Amino acid sequence: MIPAPFDYEVAESVDHAIALLADREDSKVLAGGHSLLPLLRLRVTRPSVLVDVGRLDELSYVRDAGTSIAIGALTRHHDVATAPLLQEHNPFVSYVAGLVGDPQVRHRGTIGGSLAHGDPAADLPAVLLALDGEIDIAGAAGVRTVASADFFLGVFETAVGPQEIVTEVRVPKLTAEHGWSYLKFRRRSLDWATVGVAAFARRSNGDIGEPAIALVSMGATPLRARASEAAWASGQDPGPFADEGTDPPGDTNGSAEYRKHLVKVLVRRAAEEASRH
Amino acid sequence: MSAPAELEIAPTIGAPVARKEDKKLLQGQAQWVDNMEHPGMVFLGVVRSPYAHARIKNVNVDPALAHAGVVAAWSGADIADEWHASLPCAWIPTEDTNAPEHKPIAVDKARYVGDAVAVIAATSRGTAEDAVELVEVDYEELPCVVDAVAALSEDAPLVHDEFGTNRCYTWTLEAGEVDRLFAEAAVTVKERYRQNRLIPNAIEPRAVFVIPVPANGEFTLWSTTQVPHIARVTLSGVTGVPETKLRVIAPDVGGGFGSKLNVYAEEALALAIARRLGRAVKWTETRSEGYVSTIHGRDQIQEIELAATAEGKITAVRTRLTVGMGAYLQLVTPGIPLLGAWLYGGCYDVAGYSFECTGVFTNTVPTDAYRGAGRPEATYAIERAVDALAREIGKDPVEVRRLNFIREFPAPIASGLTIDSGDYDASLDLALEKVGYDDLRGEQRSRRAAGDSKRLGIGLSTYVEMCGLAPSAILGAIRYSAGGWEAATIRCLPAGTAQVLSGATPHGQGHETAWSQIVADRLGYEFDEVEVLHGDTAVIPLGMDTYGSRSLAVGGVALYHAADRIIEKARKIAAHILEVDETAVDYSRGVFHGPGASVTLKEVAFAAWTAHNLPEGLEPGLEATFVYDPPNFSWPSGAHVAIVEIDTETGAVELLRYIAVDDVGTVINPTIVEGQIHGGIAQGVAQALYEDAIYDDDGNLLTSNMLTYLVPSATEFPRWELYRTETPSPTNPLGVKGVGETGAIAAPAAVMNAVVDALSDDGITEITMPATPERIWRALEEVRP
Ligand SMILES: Cc1cc2nc3c(=O)[nH]c(=O)nc-3n(C[C@H](O)[C@H](O)[C@H](O)COP(=O)(O)OP(=O)(O)OC[C@H]3O[C@@H](n4cnc5c(N)ncnc54)[C@H](O)[C@@H]3O)c2cc1C
Repeated sequence: MIPAPFDYEVAESVDHAIALLADREDSKVLAGGHSLLPLLRLRVTRPSVLVDVGRLDELSYVRDAGTSIAIGALTRHHDVATAPLLQEHNPFVSYVAGLVGDPQVRHRGTIGGSLAHGDPAADLPAVLLALDGEIDIAGAAGVRTVASADFFLGVFETAVGPQEIVTEVRVPKLTAEHGWSYLKFRRRSLDWATVGVAAFARRSNGDIGEPAIALVSMGATPLRARASEAAWASGQDPGPFADEGTDPPGDTNGSAEYRKHLVKVLVRRAAEEASRH
Repeated sequence: MSAPAELEIAPTIGAPVARKEDKKLLQGQAQWVDNMEHPGMVFLGVVRSPYAHARIKNVNVDPALAHAGVVAAWSGADIADEWHASLPCAWIPTEDTNAPEHKPIAVDKARYVGDAVAVIAATSRGTAEDAVELVEVDYEELPCVVDAVAALSEDAPLVHDEFGTNRCYTWTLEAGEVDRLFAEAAVTVKERYRQNRLIPNAIEPRAVFVIPVPANGEFTLWSTTQVPHIARVTLSGVTGVPETKLRVIAPDVGGGFGSKLNVYAEEALALAIARRLGRAVKWTETRSEGYVSTIHGRDQIQEIELAATAEGKITAVRTRLTVGMGAYLQLVTPGIPLLGAWLYGGCYDVAGYSFECTGVFTNTVPTDAYRGAGRPEATYAIERAVDALAREIGKDPVEVRRLNFIREFPAPIASGLTIDSGDYDASLDLALEKVGYDDLRGEQRSRRAAGDSKRLGIGLSTYVEMCGLAPSAILGAIRYSAGGWEAATIRCLPAGTAQVLSGATPHGQGHETAWSQIVADRLGYEFDEVEVLHGDTAVIPLGMDTYGSRSLAVGGVALYHAADRIIEKARKIAAHILEVDETAVDYSRGVFHGPGASVTLKEVAFAAWTAHNLPEGLEPGLEATFVYDPPNFSWPSGAHVAIVEIDTETGAVELLRYIAVDDVGTVINPTIVEGQIHGGIAQGVAQALYEDAIYDDDGNLLTSNMLTYLVPSATEFPRWELYRTETPSPTNPLGVKGVGETGAIAAPAAVMNAVVDALSDDGITEITMPATPERIWRALEEVRP
């Protein structure tokens, strides 16, 4: 399909992008375009102007930031998947970036776009939520930092305002004590998850500490499975509690009822894997 | 006459020659319809009904007309006087078939989501799409029906009021004492299966482009079609443009799978609007638009019963089909299920045969040919039912198949046709050996004994199909409007090359390569000295086009015979040149040998062109045409085995291995054959595990794009393990059968038999296609204690 008419501006800096966004109502940031372009083509979204931040190379990086690793918002999934710093300090994030879509998608899609889009079926948001990552958002008033727990507000709704852009994402450095698992249940390899589970914990002497489980496609946003986390921490099988507080969609990939079943199986398996890993 | 005794030419029939077609495709130099341009051209945008069933009360195109760049806009009523006839349906199976009027743009009622209700002509494609949104249509929504079985109930809404029923036709075929055989049977099984509705998904979307010459009333129409010849005669009928004024060209066509074996509203529209405006016209579908305007496939409910002895010898088969036609009859819609009508006995020797098929209108996109067309459905029903019989009598499915195989050929079958040749044991034996059948059964048993939550399933599909459509007289007898012949011309040019005109029109198969191989082999040209032309009614006047795995088995055989005619005439000239009697000339591969001297066919071609010294009364030139009407269908067969693993916790199916042994007769090019089987199996597995065109109760297509309609990719499949056996067809001199559809025909049954095999110990005997994780999970939930 062909999008409805729109104007197109190229941002030359973060400030320029923010100014361009403020210039017009209904403006929209264009990053990798792999979520936005399909919506434009289906004429589901009709912005009056696209502000292309895709050429802001200064937002494409993976850096050591002390206790955390900082990832520029424009970093492509492929680069997140293959960055040596992440592979060393947070292989969890690299692994999941490598599961997004297919190679074409991973070479265009960006981590900032994936977060800002606010799709509850996306993979990286759940990992960020499990890791208690942080997101930097720049606007006319400067840069603010938002915790991942406060970032996702609803379906396609995040803490990013219409005239703001995501600039950086930070994830903790992991140690050998940390175990993690990401299970993505999908019909075809390039599909979004029917249900996805990110499980993460610190292991010491067979005990599980600071367990975190985040769920994909189980509600309006990525969700923490608190009841399962508590069960896991107390040495129980977290699986049976995994559907507590979820409100999954029903669609051609699976009914809500099936998703509620599936999440229990996947949470049990992910916790087992994270405990071993 | 200085010619060498033998030309050095690689053996070309049977050689895995690289495809001629690929270089230009890979280098982006193919000629696609959508890339064509012409000064002053306009683009069409089609306004489509968002309702499955609605009365069209008013159409206001004025807001669209006011939009900059819009050249014209018409409602169905505005343009109705362009139509001289309905869009064609070439197969009306019975005298009392209900065949509705089908205008390219609906006038009074829209009958499915996607039905065209108005059309825009604009100076750019984007403008046309913008203007489509501006047309105001006042609809009165009506109740709709999407399910074929429901559509037959008394109180179902009528798709076409004038018939007083949604039944389109009922067609029957009876042979043998079926009732007696059932009454006397020691064992009977009765199964009910669903053939999911499928969307063909050719890689190139549909497009049409028309350039008129208004002064002469002439039109050239390029279309993404499998059937330019059929398109010319039928579009002429729809629009009243005489055949002599209409040239149809299928340039490079990017796949079809049957979806381009049709004549569509948009082709008629483009032609009529080019006539109205006197300007070139283009239309290209978007993928989502194609999902609601290009034909779908399958959509059947099948009931099949087998009568058998206690040992499992099948005596009779009874089949009842209810088939969704969709809202209208497209080119072959009602005939598609009937292409399987003779095959519900499979490759088994059965005495009694009863078949009944009822076609039903529903408020959905029309169904029509999709790879296999009728034969995947038949194969599925009989192959699943044979497994059900094996379960019923507690025997291995291999054993039951062996007990029932047809073994003497040619084999007249109960349904009334005759299978040309085959060796079903050979294919099955090879498949079982390659797959390691006994070991797999052992692993299956030990997994079960260990209580493994991952079950192993082994599924067989021993199929036979009929293709190579077809003897014209048989087509006539079953009320198909066209013939089944095919034409080929060979033209030996003066300077040592040959041109082939092929009536069969490729859309990805590789005709240029295979035809060149045949000509090289028979006439002694180098492979690259042969040029194959196709798909242009002005260049190739005679053709029946490409579908039903017919090109090689009919068109290739026509080419073989045309080569005979070339040799026959060339022999006369050669004898004249060699100054000997014709009977003293031997021909082998491009060279005529006389006693002591020889002359090449190329030299003869030159002599025929100069015509300086030809035998008395012989016409100049070396060219021959042959139109071949096959005496029988061709009957490929084989044995496919699928191995699946089912995760009983999630319901996910993984296809671990797939072994295919196919007998497609003589092979001209093994690489092309493998490619066809690869793609066919992929589509068959897709039907079994992934693809499903799902309508909600309001007639909205829920799987309306590639995000939700799950076309699988290579990453979802194991490496296909392909083998062949070969029993040449005795009905044609090449011994060829057909290979275009075998994979899609055999695979759904193999995969679903494997799925059910994995779950049968849990008491599950049926999973509806596609076997989604949720369906399997639900089936297991039902039987869990
Ligand atoms: C075939 C296909 C398969 C896919 N499969 C998966 C999958 O399996 N898992 C998955 O998680 N994702 C998947 N995706 C989505 C993919 O990861 C997207 O690329 C990603 O979600 C969005 O990133 P983008 O850079 O393409 O953003 P865009 O499409 O450019 O933008 C998306 C939205 O975010 C906004 N935005 C983008 N960047 C910023 C920014 N820096 N600041 C503020 N707002 C911004 C845009 O305005 C827009 O609203 C798939 C996409 C496709 C096409």
